[in-house]
Amino acid sequence: MSQATEPDPAERSGQRWSRVLQFLVRDAGVALALVLIVIFFAFTAPYFATSENILKIFVQIAINTVLASGMTFVILTGGIDLSVGSVLALCTVIGALIMTNPDIPVAISIPLALLGCMGTGAACGALNGFVCERWKVPSFIVTLGMLNVASGAARVVSNNATITGLPQSFVDFGNAIVGGVLPSIFLIAVGVIAVGWFILRFTVFGRFIFAIGTNEEAVRLSGHAPRNYKIAAFTISGLTAGTAAMVYLLRLNVGSPIAGAGYELNAIAAVIIGGTSLSGGKGSIIGTLVGACILQVLSTGLQLFGIGDNFKPIVIGAVIVLAVILDSYRDRFLRTLETR
Amino acid sequence: MASSIDPGGTEALPRVPIEPVPGAADGTILRLRGVGKRFPGVQALQDVSLEIARGEAHVLLGENGAGKSTLINLLAGIYIADEGEITFDGRPYRPRTPLDAYRAGIRVVHQELNMLSYLTVAENLLFESLPQRHGLVNYPEMNRRAADLLSQVGLEISPTTPVERLGVAQTQLVEIAKALCYDSKLLILDEPTATLTSKEIERLFGILRQLKEKTVTIIYISHRLHEIYEVGDRVTVLRDGQVVATRPLAGLAIADIVRMMVGRSIKAEHTFREGVQVGDEVLRVEGLRRTASMPEVSFNVRRGEIVGVAGLVGSGRTEAMRAVFGADPSFAGSIFVDGALVKIASPRDAVRHGLSLLTEDRKNQGLMLGLSCVENITITDLAKVSHLGLLHAAAEKSAASALIDELHIKTPSIYQTVRNFSGGNQQKVVIAKWLFRGAKVLICDEPTRGIDVGAKEEIYELLWDLAAAGRGIIFVSSDLPELLGICHRIIVFAHGRVVGEVKRADFDQHRILALAYEEYDLEPSN
Repeated sequence: MSQATEPDPAERSGQRWSRVLQFLVRDAGVALALVLIVIFFAFTAPYFATSENILKIFVQIAINTVLASGMTFVILTGGIDLSVGSVLALCTVIGALIMTNPDIPVAISIPLALLGCMGTGAACGALNGFVCERWKVPSFIVTLGMLNVASGAARVVSNNATITGLPQSFVDFGNAIVGGVLPSIFLIAVGVIAVGWFILRFTVFGRFIFAIGTNEEAVRLSGHAPRNYKIAAFTISGLTAGTAAMVYLLRLNVGSPIAGAGYELNAIAAVIIGGTSLSGGKGSIIGTLVGACILQVLSTGLQLFGIGDNFKPIVIGAVIVLAVILDSYRDRFLRTLETR
Repeated sequence: MASSIDPGGTEALPRVPIEPVPGAADGTILRLRGVGKRFPGVQALQDVSLEIARGEAHVLLGENGAGKSTLINLLAGIYIADEGEITFDGRPYRPRTPLDAYRAGIRVVHQELNMLSYLTVAENLLFESLPQRHGLVNYPEMNRRAADLLSQVGLEISPTTPVERLGVAQTQLVEIAKALCYDSKLLILDEPTATLTSKEIERLFGILRQLKEKTVTIIYISHRLHEIYEVGDRVTVLRDGQVVATRPLAGLAIADIVRMMVGRSIKAEHTFREGVQVGDEVLRVEGLRRTASMPEVSFNVRRGEIVGVAGLVGSGRTEAMRAVFGADPSFAGSIFVDGALVKIASPRDAVRHGLSLLTEDRKNQGLMLGLSCVENITITDLAKVSHLGLLHAAAEKSAASALIDELHIKTPSIYQTVRNFSGGNQQKVVIAKWLFRGAKVLICDEPTRGIDVGAKEEIYELLWDLAAAGRGIIFVSSDLPELLGICHRIIVFAHGRVVGEVKRADFDQHRILALAYEEYDLEPSN
C-alpha cells in the first residue's frame, strides 16, 4: 500500500473524532441550526409546537421547496435562475386554462395540465440555458430577461385575468392530508427533493453538475462538453418551476399571471441558507430542504412571537446574510481539520 | 555560425569586476549588495550584487526562471528582499509597496500592462495625481498635460481615447509616457518588444535614446539578443538567481552572451532510459495554424518516444499544444492519430482519439481542487464506472485505488480533496486521470514546474514507464537540462513556429538555446 502507513490506535481515534466533527459541521450543521430554532420557538411561542401549526408550516414550504430544488442544480453549476417565479405564474395560467376547459373531461385534463405545466417550465428553462451557453451571456441577465418574458406571456395567455373553477377532485387532492399529519403537497415537495438527491448523489449527470461548478475549464479539458450539462441544469430548474406551479394550483386553486412574484428570491435564499455556494460546486439538496424549512419556521415563529409583519423581513434578511458568513467560517474550519 | 560557440568550458567563465561606463561620470544610481530572495522551495535570487550607472541603459538577460522578474519585482516594491542592501540615488532603498517605488522615482513597465482599460488615456496617465479644481477633476488641464506627455513619446492619439481601443504597442507607449510624467529617474522595461512590430520597436528605441539624453537610467529586459545592442550600454547576465557577469556590450559577441546564459551542467542525464522500443508514429501534426496570419507548425511523436519541446515563454509552444488538443480553435492543419486523419474541434474530440493534455496551469485547468482524488481521476471516463447513467461506487473506488497505488499518490484517504496535495501529488492525479481514460498520447506542458526535486524524478520515471508501455509523450519544458536528460529528440519553437529539431545524439545546450533565441541558422541536424 502506498497510502499512508497504518495509524496507531490513538491517532486512529483522533481521526474518528475529527471525522465525527467534520460530519456535524459539514453535513449536519444547517439541520442543527433548524433544530435549535425549532426548540427555541417551541419554548417561547405557545402555539408553535401544536400539530395544527406544524401542518401549516408543511403546507407553506411546499412551493418554495420544489422551486429551490431545481434552483440548487443551477446554483451548483455556478449559475442563477431569476425566472422561476414568473415561469411559475405562466405555468399556473396554462395549467388552470387546461383544467377549466369544459371540452376536456376531468380525467384527461388533469394529467394534461400536469404535462402542460412541466413542459412549459422545461421549455423556458431549456431556452434560458441555451441562450446562456450559445451566446455566453451571464445567466443573471438571461434569466432576468426570462423573468419579464414569462410574466408577460402569462398575462397574454390569461388575458390578464385570474382563472378559477378548477375541478373539485383536483382541489380535494390538494387539501388532502395523508395520515393526519402530512399534507399531499408537502409529500410532493419531499418527493421532488428525493429525486433531486438521488440524481445528484448517484448519477453521472449529478457528478458533472458538481464537477462543472468546481472547475468548468478542467471538465472541458477532460474531454467533455460542459454546456450540455449546464443547459440540462436550467431545464431541470424550469421543470421544477412547472411542478411548483401544479403545487401552487393544488394549494391556492387559482391560476394567476401575478402568482409567484418574488418567489425566485425565496428559492435562492433557501438554497444559500442550505449551504450551497453561489459560486458553485459545493452544496446539497437536503440542505436546500432544510434551508426552506428554516425560512418558513422563522417566518411563522416570528409572527407567533408577536413580531409584526414589518419587522419580519428585517430578521429574515439578516439570517440569510448570517448563514453565508457562518458558511465561510465553516469552510475554513473544515479545511483546518483536513490539513491537520 | 554554430561553430563559433565554444562547447563546454562555460563553468570556468570568470566573474569580471564591474567596469565604469564612459559618460556616466556622475556615479552610480542603483547599487545592490548581496541581495537574496527565497520562495518556498526555491532560492529565486542569491547574493546578487549589481551597480547601475546614472544615465546608462542596462540590459538584464537570463533564461526563464533565472531571476530577472524577481529582481525587477524587488525594485518595484512588489516583493521584499530577504537579505542584502539596495541603495538608490544615494539613499538606502527598501520599498515595501509599489507606491514607495514611484515616490523614489522608479517606474516599471511590466510585461502584462496594467491599464484601466475603460478609462481614457489621459485618465490613465494622470491617475495617481489627477489635476483638481475645487475638489473636482479638472478635465481640460488633465487632457492638456496628457497631450504634452503623448507628444513626448511621439504618440499621435487623442488623450480622450479609451485605453481599450489602443493596440498593444500604443498601450505600451502610454505606459512609458506615464513613467515620464512622474520625472522617473529609473525606468525598468520588462520585455517591451515582445509584442511589437519592427517599426514600433524602432520608435521605442528612438524614445529610449531621447530618455538617455535626459539622463534617465534604463533597465531593459529582452529575449531578443540582436536588438539589445541598439539601446544597451552594458549587460548583466543572471543564471539560477545569481549574477554570472556584467559586461559592456560594445565588442561583446552574441555567442559570448549565450555562453554566459547556459552553462548549467546536465544533472538529470541518468533519467534517460535506454532500450525502450520506439514504435510506429502515433501522432502527427501537419501545417497547424492557429490563425490565418500565424506560421505553420508540424511535428510528430512515435509510440515509446519522449519528444521534448523547447522554446522561450511566448514562443507559441503552449498555444500550439492547446490547438492540437482542440482546447483553442485553430485555423488550419491536419492531425493524424495512428496514421489516420482525424478531426479535432474540441477537447472532447481529442480525448476520443486518445490524446490527453496535462496543462501548464495544473490548479486552474487540470484539477477540480474542491473535489476528491477519486472524483478527479474518474472524470475523464465516467462511463467506465457507471451503468445506465448510475455511478457504481465500488467500481469507481477500486479503479481509482489501483491507479493511486500504481502512481504512488500519497494520500490518507482516496476521498481526500486534492486542494491540499503537494504539487507532485497533484500532477500525479492529473496523470492518473489520463491513464484512467487510456490515453495514447500525453502532451505534458511544464509537468514538473513548481514540483520538488524528488517528485520530479518520480514524474520522469512515470513518464518513462508510460513510454515503455507504448504511449507517445510530448514534453514541453522551459528547463533545458531536464529536456536534455529525458528526451529522444527536442523540437524548438520560436515566434510561433518550429525552428529546428535536434536528435539525442546531437544534443547541445548552446545549439538549442541559440535556436530558441533564433540568432543562428543551424543546418538541420539530421
